[in-house]
Amino acid sequence: MPECPRGGKVRVSCTVNGKPAAFEANPMARFLDVLREELRLTGTKEGCGEGECGACAIEMNGELVNSCLVPALQVEGASIRTIEGIARGSTLDAVQQSFLDHGGAQCGICTPGMILAAVNLLERYPHPSEAQVREALAGNLCRCTGYIKIFDSVLGACREAGPPR
Amino acid sequence: MERLIGQSVPRKEGLSKVTGTARYIDDIEFPEMLHGVTVRSTIPRGHIKEICFDSGIPWDEFTIVTAKDIPANNYVALIINDQPCLADQSVNHAEEAIVLLAHPDKYLVEEARCAVRIDYEPLPPIFTIADSLAKKEIVWGQDNIFKSYSVDKGDVDSAWADAAFIVEGEYETGAQEQFYIEPQGIIARAIAGEEVTVWGSLQCPYYVHKALVPIFGLPKERIRVVQAETGGGFGGKEEYPSMIAAHAALLAWKSGKPVKMIYDRAEDMVATTKRHPSRTHHRTALTRDGKFLAMDIDFVLDGGAYYTLSPVVLSRGTIHAAGPYLCPNVRVRGRAVATNVPPHGAFRGFGAPQSVFALERHLDRVAAAVGLAPDELRRRNFIQQGQTLAVSQVIREKTDMNLLMDRAFEACDYHEKRARFERENAHSIVKKGIGFAAFLHGAGFTGSGEEYLASEALLEATPEGIVRVLAGSTEMGQGANTIFTQIAADALGLQCDLIEVLQPDTAYVPNSGPTVASRTTMIVGGLVESAAKNLQRTLLNSGLLQPGYDCAAFAQACREYTGKFGTLKSFVKYRQPPGLKWDDEKYRGDAYSAYGWAVYVAEVSVDTRTADVCVDNFTAVQDVGKIVNPMMATGQVEGGVAQGIGLAIYENVVWKDGRMMNSQMTNYIMPTSLDVPPIRVIFVEFPFGVGPAGAKGIGELPLDGTAPAVANAIAHATGVDINRVPVTPEVLIEKLEPLYA
Repeated sequence: MPECPRGGKVRVSCTVNGKPAAFEANPMARFLDVLREELRLTGTKEGCGEGECGACAIEMNGELVNSCLVPALQVEGASIRTIEGIARGSTLDAVQQSFLDHGGAQCGICTPGMILAAVNLLERYPHPSEAQVREALAGNLCRCTGYIKIFDSVLGACREAGPPR
Repeated sequence: MERLIGQSVPRKEGLSKVTGTARYIDDIEFPEMLHGVTVRSTIPRGHIKEICFDSGIPWDEFTIVTAKDIPANNYVALIINDQPCLADQSVNHAEEAIVLLAHPDKYLVEEARCAVRIDYEPLPPIFTIADSLAKKEIVWGQDNIFKSYSVDKGDVDSAWADAAFIVEGEYETGAQEQFYIEPQGIIARAIAGEEVTVWGSLQCPYYVHKALVPIFGLPKERIRVVQAETGGGFGGKEEYPSMIAAHAALLAWKSGKPVKMIYDRAEDMVATTKRHPSRTHHRTALTRDGKFLAMDIDFVLDGGAYYTLSPVVLSRGTIHAAGPYLCPNVRVRGRAVATNVPPHGAFRGFGAPQSVFALERHLDRVAAAVGLAPDELRRRNFIQQGQTLAVSQVIREKTDMNLLMDRAFEACDYHEKRARFERENAHSIVKKGIGFAAFLHGAGFTGSGEEYLASEALLEATPEGIVRVLAGSTEMGQGANTIFTQIAADALGLQCDLIEVLQPDTAYVPNSGPTVASRTTMIVGGLVESAAKNLQRTLLNSGLLQPGYDCAAFAQACREYTGKFGTLKSFVKYRQPPGLKWDDEKYRGDAYSAYGWAVYVAEVSVDTRTADVCVDNFTAVQDVGKIVNPMMATGQVEGGVAQGIGLAIYENVVWKDGRMMNSQMTNYIMPTSLDVPPIRVIFVEFPFGVGPAGAKGIGELPLDGTAPAVANAIAHATGVDINRVPVTPEVLIEKLEPLYA
């Protein structure tokens, strides 16, 4: 368990986007708030605060989670990936590029969560069917696109990555 | 160089959106910033007796604002000034703002909100169109009527005697939440007595500006409104941001510190505007061969507690109520009425989805009564170029609804499916249906609206040869940045990366009118095109630029011109095309300078055991003139169809005592990735009008026809009469009852 130095706050150490990170927070603080306010990683968005919309989706130890439902305490020792950790330097991930090429982002507020969900899917299933894409994105709401261009973007990213192996 | 208009140019600000670096309002921080919250009425109507601050909260640390702290006028200026910024003596709807609080600790301020108690003397409220029309209580003005319009063509009353068929019906639509994924929010800074600046998630910076001026009693130039990256609007960020901006600015004014006010999802859903609920009565007379003789339409919107934009929404709904049909005798009576619910407001389609739902659902019932197929009834009555709409507007543009219907029906194999589904349904538990809607949508402001707005745009070239577009139109996902870039680059013969679209900021950009009414590409895009051509002409006339120039020569000319004359700017103001006439008294004339035309087809499955409806396929065929960016235009249609499917079968606002009960994403259901069908989008391009290259409006159109197409498909699948959306399983299962017997 993380040590509890003062004021009911806990000190938490973790890895964020490949770099060590540490913060102090109320044990039940939402990790979403820690990311945005303490670590100033504002690419992760809040749409509902109840785990329905997926705008705050991040990867935690390789699993896709809604960071609004993750208490800070639970992040101790975890490896976290956010939208800020998806591109490699100035080189976009194939999914990000595909969102640009296929019109997968409109207003952009769901886009970081969508991209996390898509990247997570493609790491598990490099060549998903459209049905798998629909299923994988069902926890990420988008009000602009009607999802069609998002499906195109995710499937397009697989084509970029080459034929099925 | 190949023309840029017509190409799927990628989104201008796309990179910042896919990397998470785009700065939305909640991503912006200022030193010493306070967090603001709103204490709202818990009752729908009554007098405020006392505001009590419970013990246990360190109130001296808080900035507290009530109506008494408003420096000048306590109203949110829009059309008339009946809506207070903060309720003073009385409240007229639940969730009306009464007290504002600010504190550096956003958790403590939330606790404090719960520790403010308001004592009321309740008054009897009304919540429905029927009660408002019956004047059960008078809650607004003399008679609860915000506005009424009457569209008259021919002589409806004398037509009934000659009718072979008369068909009546009544139709309703519910409230619908815009459900932008980014909740509303504003940050304000102010120096009391001096100036106010707000940043926000908003569609219409100059609406906010107009609202703040009278509240603070400052000269216009002391108020500044800046749009932050905006995570969706759909009309929901048209008028309500003025309220939040006023609240945040009042707290900043009193505290002397920056104040951030971000609504959480529940507050956003209960307090901000939604699509107006509607009730429409149709009475239609036809000849023996199925030609319309008369349409008598009574269209009523529930406006909620204050005037806000309801008359304008009513206007569009009233004008669209008779659809793309020729009928010699038409009467449309439109009324917007007051109730004690939070004011309803702008939502993509703006009154038209309500009246188009009623008409297109009604016409399927009319077809059955007359003994014609639904498509045949429409084909016998579609309006043609040169004929006259219900508002007595002669259609000057090319229109061919039959062609759109042909294209739609071919694409989805309508006739084969309609026959097959009917055959197969007799023996199946999951019944399939196919239905369509035919409709039009006027682009831009109604009537003299565009003339009155007199929108402006400015282009400015830098010495480096970069051309900046300065317009008050906002990017909220629909693609304004990219479209303006394409239009300017195209007109100037430059590449897109030499065009910059400035962030809307009332300190710098001119007033291009609100970002609403499917007007940005057509009207403001047209201004950008004119400004670009003027700028080019200036350079050519100066002799510094020669025809057939390239980007380098353009930059060289800009450098020389600005060196010689200081700046290179081109300012344009909208002028109404000649020949357009509108009579606001009689409500007739050229209602819109151009229309979009469409036929949408929905295919559904209805599980008769669960009454669950699934939309299996969707075909959207439309003419919206020249398509500037096919990828973005397709995205607009797909997104609009998804919202329309929500309106048709999922999105149900549950009310109790004038308050929204299902104010969460958990219990207000919008379509997910598993709920949307494949959507086939087809554009037929008949360029027309003031838009660049003949582009007409597109944004709102998809909302009009989707819900009636889905409802008609459900009726086809099940044989039950659908007269209200949303058709939730709870509603449908009762209607299916006879099938189980």
